[in-house]
Amino acid sequence: MLKVDLQDTIAAISTSVGNGGIGIVRVSGDDAVEICASVFEGKNKNLKDMKSHTLAYGNIVSEGRVIDEVLVSVMKAPNTYTRQDIVEINTHGGYTAVKDVLEAVIKKGARLAEAGEFTKRAFLNGRIDLSKAEAVMDVINAKTSEGKDIAIKKLKGGLYDKIEAMRQKLLTLTADVEVSVDYPEHDETELVLENVKKGCEETLKSCLSLIESADIGKIYTAGIDTAIIGKPNVGKSSLLNALLKSERAIVTDIPGTTRDMLTEHINIGGIPLNIADTAGIRDTEDKIEKIGVEKSIEAAEKADLKILVLDGSKPLEESDRELFALLKGASLVIVNKADMERKIDLKYIEDLTGQQPIVISAKENMGMENMEKRIKEMFLKGDIKENDVYISNERNKASLIGAKNSLENVLSTIENNMPEDLLTMDLLQAYEYLGQITGQSLEDDVVDNIFSRFCLGK
Amino acid sequence: MERIYTADTVDVVVIGAGHAGCEAALASARMGLNTILFAINLDSVAMMPCNPNVGGSSKGHLVREIDALGGEMGKNIDKTYIQSRMLNTGKGPAVYSLRAQADKAKYHTEMKKTVENTENLLLRQGEVTDIVAEEGAVKGVITESGAFYECKAVVICTGTYLKARCLYGSTITESGPNGLRRSVALSESLKSLGVKLKRYKTGTPARVDKRTVDFSKMKEQRGDENIVPFSFENSAEDIAREQVSCYLTYTNEKTHDIIRKNLDRSPLYSGVIEGTGPRYCPSIEDKVVRFADKDRHQIFIEPEGEDTNELYVQGMSSSLPEDVQVAMYRTLPGLENVRFMRTAYAIEYDCIEANSLKLTLEFKDIKGLFSAGQFNGTSGYEEAAAQGLIGGINAACYVKGIEPLILDRSQGYIGVLIDDVVTKESKEPYRMMTSRAEYRLLLRQDNADLRLTDIGYKYGLISEERYAAFQEKRENIEKEIKRVKKINIAPTEEVNAFLEKASSSPLETGIKLTDLIKRPELDYELLAPLDKDRPSLSQSVREQVNIQIKYEGYIQRQQKQVEHFKNIEGRLIPEDINYDDVMGLRIEARQKLKALRPVNIGQASRISGVSPADINMLLCFLNG
Repeated sequence: MLKVDLQDTIAAISTSVGNGGIGIVRVSGDDAVEICASVFEGKNKNLKDMKSHTLAYGNIVSEGRVIDEVLVSVMKAPNTYTRQDIVEINTHGGYTAVKDVLEAVIKKGARLAEAGEFTKRAFLNGRIDLSKAEAVMDVINAKTSEGKDIAIKKLKGGLYDKIEAMRQKLLTLTADVEVSVDYPEHDETELVLENVKKGCEETLKSCLSLIESADIGKIYTAGIDTAIIGKPNVGKSSLLNALLKSERAIVTDIPGTTRDMLTEHINIGGIPLNIADTAGIRDTEDKIEKIGVEKSIEAAEKADLKILVLDGSKPLEESDRELFALLKGASLVIVNKADMERKIDLKYIEDLTGQQPIVISAKENMGMENMEKRIKEMFLKGDIKENDVYISNERNKASLIGAKNSLENVLSTIENNMPEDLLTMDLLQAYEYLGQITGQSLEDDVVDNIFSRFCLGK
Repeated sequence: MERIYTADTVDVVVIGAGHAGCEAALASARMGLNTILFAINLDSVAMMPCNPNVGGSSKGHLVREIDALGGEMGKNIDKTYIQSRMLNTGKGPAVYSLRAQADKAKYHTEMKKTVENTENLLLRQGEVTDIVAEEGAVKGVITESGAFYECKAVVICTGTYLKARCLYGSTITESGPNGLRRSVALSESLKSLGVKLKRYKTGTPARVDKRTVDFSKMKEQRGDENIVPFSFENSAEDIAREQVSCYLTYTNEKTHDIIRKNLDRSPLYSGVIEGTGPRYCPSIEDKVVRFADKDRHQIFIEPEGEDTNELYVQGMSSSLPEDVQVAMYRTLPGLENVRFMRTAYAIEYDCIEANSLKLTLEFKDIKGLFSAGQFNGTSGYEEAAAQGLIGGINAACYVKGIEPLILDRSQGYIGVLIDDVVTKESKEPYRMMTSRAEYRLLLRQDNADLRLTDIGYKYGLISEERYAAFQEKRENIEKEIKRVKKINIAPTEEVNAFLEKASSSPLETGIKLTDLIKRPELDYELLAPLDKDRPSLSQSVREQVNIQIKYEGYIQRQQKQVEHFKNIEGRLIPEDINYDDVMGLRIEARQKLKALRPVNIGQASRISGVSPADINMLLCFLNG
């Protein structure tokens, strides 16, 4: 569990660790300026005398040694991300420089921030609501620019506004029922019921479309776990290379994993495909057939999307047909090596698999766009719309499903001609569920759960 | 007042013998403590200075709960009612509301009789002028005669009497309700103890002479044929009687015109009245101003008793000048020639900010000092009685040194009432309403005994005989539900013919009897012919079986909500918490939390001005 101690000053590296051009160390807390001033040597400026939201140029010095040449920005409370004093030290890139600067401020009394602690402070100090805090996490974790767009929309409050509008409507409906129940002489029951029915149906519709968006949102932000399967030497590796070769591809390491468990992310029209064990895919090309098939079965089990690669230059073999059994759920059949003479019967494959194979040449980069189109059709109902709000995490989805069930209960109460007092309980329950998304409903452990999923430095 | 002599030494003193005071004194005495109940005038014990009825929407629930805990109000109204009705029966089992018209004089006489004949209890006329406290704890009270009564606990139930002023038009009387003497000194004594007081107002309509009313122009409202007693100790047969009728009439544009033209003569609108009035029980001029689009308002004509010609005109409370009152009353159909017996008036009085109280109704800063009723900023006899009962029980617990009684919001309307009153900021007299009870599907008036009688018994307020009968009832309900749940109904011709007659769809396959009971058009009683082995059970048992089966799904969902609620209520806040140590609280929230000192996260979350973000801070602080 994350402890909250807002009194101390925290620090962390805020840029991704790697060989970027610059690195930022962020420090937040009452002593942020004091601590940074003690390691900063500016030409003619003391950090403590700086105006809020200004920059200073100088060196970070620790134990008499100049660590790096830096630009420092000082932002004073309350107009900062955490609503506390924040100092950001822009260092030269490279792991060592950033790490040394971080160590220097920690030596002077800052504490290394825990995962998500900056955003948690922003949330707890009332700077952002829960849905925005979660959006920050989505922005950080987004793997494609489309995914980031969704998160940014949420960050701007799109989700908050939408959910709060729904809650407001439910509250009004509840009030109508309550008035009618509390005042026996009030005799507009039918009108009230009609309003509640209409209002619930509308809200239910919004819930359903948000739940649907959750699947899309999840696809854009978390990506689709994909398995590329096939016998050895059908061209899995060259397909992978063709996909990766394109400018759009993003390649990431997951820290702490070994080289042969690499997951690579391929951007297909904004959708990240997470292809696990790419090293394994490459390896199987040299292995005997049996191991190749076994590996394919294993990979297919865990994947949301299976891409079966067949060699178009050879007739279909028994071992190819065995792999057809793995094509449950979302799957594609790729007939590779279109640059060579086709020896495979496309019609026969279609009859066996129930889908039209896509003919490509990974080597010549031919037919790749058809593959992309098919994947998009499979997972998205059209493109992302400019003004739509997307849900992108399981917690929000669970709350929406809760709200949906409660609203359905309300409608069935009306449908079954049950007395109107019974409407309130489920109306308020739906209201509560929606409040979980924006943080307006009271829940014990939600805050810690959410913030422990953050990455460091945000 | 100067202390002249020590008159007596007792355990508990109750100040005021209205609906709160009577319950408080009876509870304390019945719990074995030597108790004195003071009233300014013994002829005003349990007086009903306003409406002549007990119960109604959500207030009926309070009375049933008072009875289930061993209080007196339910028994007293059962003895003295002249009409009984169950209202709101079309809107769901949780909002059935029982209301009875009282014979006011008899209500007073019967309650006085009970109080006078209770062991350990002395009823004493006299004005308490001072509360004596030393080192933050109550030591006794002093009366106007300089008599010191030494005691360990005091329950203040002064209703509307503190620095009371009655007003209509420009007529101002420095008196309590009905011309009774007010109390001034006690306000000053409380202030010197650090108790903050504020001004509230309420009002009452005129009483008119029955002989001058033409009932033929109004709609008669008769009592129910099958009545339900308030007390679980009584059966309908025990208290059966001839009932009197009430009558319904309406205001009209003429009425509203007169009011609008004379608003400047109302002390309410001209600024003479400083107190805040109740939004839910407004004067007629308030209704006309606030609901300008309504062309008429309901007015009920209710007898004040069997031995009087006085009629209460419900809905016409006013503080307009007498001449305006008479003119506007006479615009109502049936009241064209009406003659007043008592003029309508508004009353202003001192009461406390109830957030200076704990959930036990004890003052946070003065040990042994409790307070209940209208003095806590509520309105209504039932709200007063409910607090009186809890205040009395807890004063007794304090003296005995035992665990106090706190009902939470999932246990009863009484719990909701007290939690609201001490937690939420209120700018007007607080009235109980069903919508204030989140878990009301479980807090029905029909099951108050199942919810609370164990507790009443534990505190010694329920007799062995009554408790045995209660346990038998509870067992019978459980046994019968278990039996009914096992019954399957086959789709025979006989069954389908029966269902058709009851306009319910026929069966194609076998079905559980409970599923038939759940159909809106059917219930447990109606289905008796299909249930051959049904034992003979009392009406109250049958009612429970029906409700608990029929609304099973809803009840289960509500129980889930209660679990969540209990979870959060269970997150206690240490008494010695320093809110300055909790970072990130907004200034307003920090101030409110410091002032209120909530006992748990749930209560903290209900304080107005404390946001969910503040609660998250608090939770993190407590977790950390």
